[in-house]
Amino acid sequence: MTFFLEALAFIADPANWAGPVGIGARLGQHLGITGLSVLLAAVVALPLGLLIGHTGRGRALVIGVTGAARALPTFGMLILFVLLGIQFGFGLSLGPVIAVLVILAIPPLLAGAYAGVEAVDRVTVDAARAQGMTEWQILTRVELPLALPLVVGGFRSATLQVVATATVAAYVAQGGLGRYLIEGLRNQDYVRAVIGALLVAALALILDGLFALVQRLVSPRGVSRGAMRTTGSTAPRPSRTRGATRTPVTEG
Amino acid sequence: MAWLWNNLDLVLGLTAEHALLSGIPILLGFAASLPLGWIASRFPVARGVLLTVFNVLYTVPALALFLVLPGLLGTRVLDELNVVVALTIYAMAMMLRGAIDGFGSVSPDVLQSATAQGYSAASRFWRVQLPLAGPVLLANLRVVSVSTVSLLSVAALIGSGGLGYLFTDGFQRYFVDEIVVGIVFTVLLALLFDGVLVLVGRVLMPWNRRVLAGTAAYRMPKRDWVGA
Repeated sequence: MTFFLEALAFIADPANWAGPVGIGARLGQHLGITGLSVLLAAVVALPLGLLIGHTGRGRALVIGVTGAARALPTFGMLILFVLLGIQFGFGLSLGPVIAVLVILAIPPLLAGAYAGVEAVDRVTVDAARAQGMTEWQILTRVELPLALPLVVGGFRSATLQVVATATVAAYVAQGGLGRYLIEGLRNQDYVRAVIGALLVAALALILDGLFALVQRLVSPRGVSRGAMRTTGSTAPRPSRTRGATRTPVTEG
Repeated sequence: MAWLWNNLDLVLGLTAEHALLSGIPILLGFAASLPLGWIASRFPVARGVLLTVFNVLYTVPALALFLVLPGLLGTRVLDELNVVVALTIYAMAMMLRGAIDGFGSVSPDVLQSATAQGYSAASRFWRVQLPLAGPVLLANLRVVSVSTVSLLSVAALIGSGGLGYLFTDGFQRYFVDEIVVGIVFTVLLALLFDGVLVLVGRVLMPWNRRVLAGTAAYRMPKRDWVGA
C-alpha cells in the first residue's frame, strides 16, 4: 500500500506536472496520439459503416473485420509495424504506431455505425421513404440521429482501446503516459510503474465517463433508453426483419 | 521460416504456456459470471451494481491492472498470478453481460411452465434455464476466449505473456520473423480455442446446431474489444 501512497504523492505534487517530461506533457502526448488515431479511423470507418447499415450490404465484411481484429494481438502488431517502419527507413517515428492504432480503432467504429443504423426500425425508414425523402435524407435525418448513441458507443470503444494500446506503445516509441510504466518496469522502480498505471487508469475512466455522458445526451428525445438497447437483446425483433427475403440478424 | 523450425521447441513451449495462462482465466471467468449473471438477471439493483463495478474494472487498461494488482493482492510484481487475476476480471466483465442476456433470453412463460410441471428452483435452473441460455452463453464465451488469448501477449512486458515473449525478444533483436511467428501462433491458438468451444457446444447442445451457426453474427455490447 505504501507504493500507492508514494505514487499518489508524486501525482499530487504540481512540480511533477510541469516540464517537457512532466505528467502534463505526457498526458498531452497521450491524448494527442489517441485523438489523431481515432479521428483518422473515423474518416474511414464512419462512412463505410453508415453505408453498410443503410444498404444492408457488406454485413459479412463487418463481422469478418471485427472478428479478425479481436484475434490479433495488439502488442505484436505494434512491434511488427515499428520494426517494419525501421526496415523501410522511417526510423523510430510515431508513424507506424499511429498506423496500428488507426487499424485498431476502425473495427469498433465500423461496428458502431453499422449496428446503429441497422438497429433503426425499418418501419420508420419506410415511413420516411414514403414521405418522399431521398436516400441521403433518410440517412442523415432519420437513421443517423437515431443511430447516434451507438455511433458514439463505437467512438467510446475505439477511444478506450486506443488509450490502452497507446500505453503499451511506450515500449517501442517515446511519449505518452505509458513511459512511466515502461521506465518503472525497466528500472524495477515499482512506484514509477504504479504512477503510470494510476494515471492511465484514471484517464481511461474519465474518458469512458465523458463518452457515457455524450451517449446519453445524443439519445433523441422520444426514443426511450430501453428501446435503444436493441443490440443487448437476443430475441429476434420484428423491426429487424427487412422484408421476407432477408432474414433478421441473429444477435448474440 | 528457418527460424521457426530451429526454435520449434521454444515456440511450442510458449504456446502451451499461452494456452494455460489464457485458458484458466477463460474458464474461471465463465464459471464466475454464471451465478453473477443469474443474480443480475433476477434483481435489477444487483444488475446495476455488478455492471457498474465490472465496467469500471474493464475500463482500466490491462498493463495498468497488471501493475496495480500486486499492490492489492500482496503478490510480487512479476508473479503470473497477477496476469491470471487480471484476465479473469476482464473475462468476467465481458461474460457478465452475455450471461445476463442469456438468462434474460429465456421466456418467463417457459420458466413458469417448468415450475408448473413440478421442477424445483434448482432443477429448473440446471435443466431448463441454463440449457436454453446455452447458445447465447456460448456465443459470448467465444468472444471472451478470442479476446483473452490475444490480450495475454501484453503480459510479456511484465515477464509472463506466453507467446508475447516472442514480441519483446523479437523487438530487442530487431527480428521480424519472430514477431510474425508470435502473431500467427497467437491467432492459431485463438482459432483452436474457438473450434474447441464450438465442438463442445455441439456436443452439449445438439438441438441447437442451426442457431449456433447464426450466433457467430456480430452483436455489439458496449465494448467488446479489450484494451491492450
